[in-house]
Amino acid sequence: MRKRMVVVEGSYAVAHAVKVCKPNVISAYPITPQTHIVEDLAQFAADGEMNCEYMNVESEFSAISALIGASAAGARTYSSTTSQGLALMHEALFNASGMRLPIIMTVVNRALSAPINIWNDQQDSISQRDTGWIQLYAEDVQESADMVPQLYKIAEDADVLLPAMACMDGFILSHVYEPVILLEQNLTDEFLPAYSPEFVLDTKNPMSFGAFADPSTYTEFRYKQEKAMEVALKKIEEVANEFRDVYGRYYGGLIDGYVLDDAEIVIMAMGSVIGTIKDTIDALRSEGESVGLLKVRSFRPFPVEAVRSALKNAKVVITLDKNISIGKNEGALCTEVKACLHNTDIRVPVIGFMLGHGGRDIPMSMIKKIINKAKLVDKGIFVESEFADLREDLA
Amino acid sequence: MSLLRPGHRGCAGCCDALAGKFVLDALGEDTIVVSPTGCLEVFTTPYPESAWGVPWIHSLFENAAAVASGVEAALKAMGRKNNTKIVVIGGDGATMDIGLQAISGAFERGHDLTYICVDNEAYMNTGIQRSSATPLYASTTTSPSGKVSFGNPLHKKNMPAIIAAHSSPYVATASVAYAPDMMKKIKKAADTKGPTYVHVHAPCCTGWKFDGSKTIEVGRLAVETAMWPLYEMENGVVTNVRKLKNRKPVEEYLKAQGRFKHLFTMEGGAEEIKKIQAIADWNVKHFGLE
Repeated sequence: MRKRMVVVEGSYAVAHAVKVCKPNVISAYPITPQTHIVEDLAQFAADGEMNCEYMNVESEFSAISALIGASAAGARTYSSTTSQGLALMHEALFNASGMRLPIIMTVVNRALSAPINIWNDQQDSISQRDTGWIQLYAEDVQESADMVPQLYKIAEDADVLLPAMACMDGFILSHVYEPVILLEQNLTDEFLPAYSPEFVLDTKNPMSFGAFADPSTYTEFRYKQEKAMEVALKKIEEVANEFRDVYGRYYGGLIDGYVLDDAEIVIMAMGSVIGTIKDTIDALRSEGESVGLLKVRSFRPFPVEAVRSALKNAKVVITLDKNISIGKNEGALCTEVKACLHNTDIRVPVIGFMLGHGGRDIPMSMIKKIINKAKLVDKGIFVESEFADLREDLA
Repeated sequence: MSLLRPGHRGCAGCCDALAGKFVLDALGEDTIVVSPTGCLEVFTTPYPESAWGVPWIHSLFENAAAVASGVEAALKAMGRKNNTKIVVIGGDGATMDIGLQAISGAFERGHDLTYICVDNEAYMNTGIQRSSATPLYASTTTSPSGKVSFGNPLHKKNMPAIIAAHSSPYVATASVAYAPDMMKKIKKAADTKGPTYVHVHAPCCTGWKFDGSKTIEVGRLAVETAMWPLYEMENGVVTNVRKLKNRKPVEEYLKAQGRFKHLFTMEGGAEEIKKIQAIADWNVKHFGLE
């Protein structure tokens, strides 16, 4: 049966996906470009289409804090934020993961201040890499929406119990109108079981959450979070397959390849730039170039084995990063890929390009330029990592 | 046995331990407690032990009111709220300094919860640093008395008034030194629908420098000198005060504590004590204590 597609804004598709997952508590604070998601959810609540508590809180810090309380009380919870709001949540992000609360949050990726900038890059969520949250990056609107039930199923698994971010590029995905299939309620009910955690705040069975751990016990809490991430590695793949069985759509689990198998030049990236890369590759392939794509969907947990396996035949690896670790002159994906290849027999040059900061457009011509530059490796010209899209007149 | 179990790591004579016990004695088993970071949180839950006989959660220092509001929203959403009391027990730093914004938000949203500030007038858990609750001229580790200082130069923030300005239906002050009064107010606050507040004066033997056997005595002196007025406010209006029959001079309260010792030894100390007496006099006049 053909599915019915509708043309809606990306934010609406995500809000609708949240609605069919039936969260008990939503808590959020407005910040561009996340606003349309929470506005749409507020409207669903106002129209009686959601049986949930919708909390208008006074900051992102309280948004995540309220969900910590709600999740500990056994609720399915949701928030969405971006950029400064995510940075403001930083302290509480560690707390949510340390208490093993499976809160789901859409991060509408945006640049960080200063200078203030409301447009897309991925510095915000990348900077929360070590907070203990699962992070998946969406390629398009449909995936941004479909990630929501997938992440609930992964995060709420009793062997995982970690919070998760569904990352979608600000404006490029949040504000674009494109044809999507809105998630069906009946399929979502079939796909996503109700959340019934074993450990909750319940006066009939009192438990203490958030105790004080001294050096004799603290390490094992961290170790168990890491072990839960290892379980999540498997669950992300499993759930992607279950999602395909129920809804008929698939985006890869941890990673996804595009004309990858025979590719000598492999481009790695995360998020909406994947679409531009695919179009560029199609054009280059028709000209006989051996170029392929390795999409990284899961940044945390990082799919070390899957990446190693996917890169074993590559001659050159290009990483694209919409973020920078200032003082290292490279983006996070570049660092991760180099690190995961180091103790292996795979000896392939990894060239990092940083681009698209603060919303700077990434056209196909830029991807071609990067590929041409990477090909110079054969001639011994090798730049480890650089900004790809600097304006010479300002730099 | 109290729902705050014995065997915790509180100091002998600890005001927080008394407060926690009185709160649970007043409210009983159908209570969920949220604690911000602080002494009470640390000494009651050294993992894997917990002194709490009711469900309890500690998240961070500055977010207890937001966490509590999320607990309340969750119970409502899942049809489990019924008569369960949701109570924050937080120190003065968590309440009046770092957590103030979250409290303002929670009270504005009108959640059905009770916030109890256990005010021992400084950051005791980190070693007696001043907070906005520290009274004038108290010597703390970050507002020490010295050759050119009488100690903390700032006045104590009027937190109950800030809460009353949020249209809270019930705001009260209490003291751990008046247990029946405190428990009555805690129960009334929790039984009142909406966000309610009880500000509990709590002498800390370690931070205020008095013997741990004198906690109640010092607490009573604060009330008897009008340094800590006991009152109730309903919908922003003072409806009840504890009258003082034979008000004592503030020196009696100050002398009982090491943190004010310098006022009695430094040149000019007597003049400065008059400024503290003026605070007590203002309390008497403002709340009609006599």
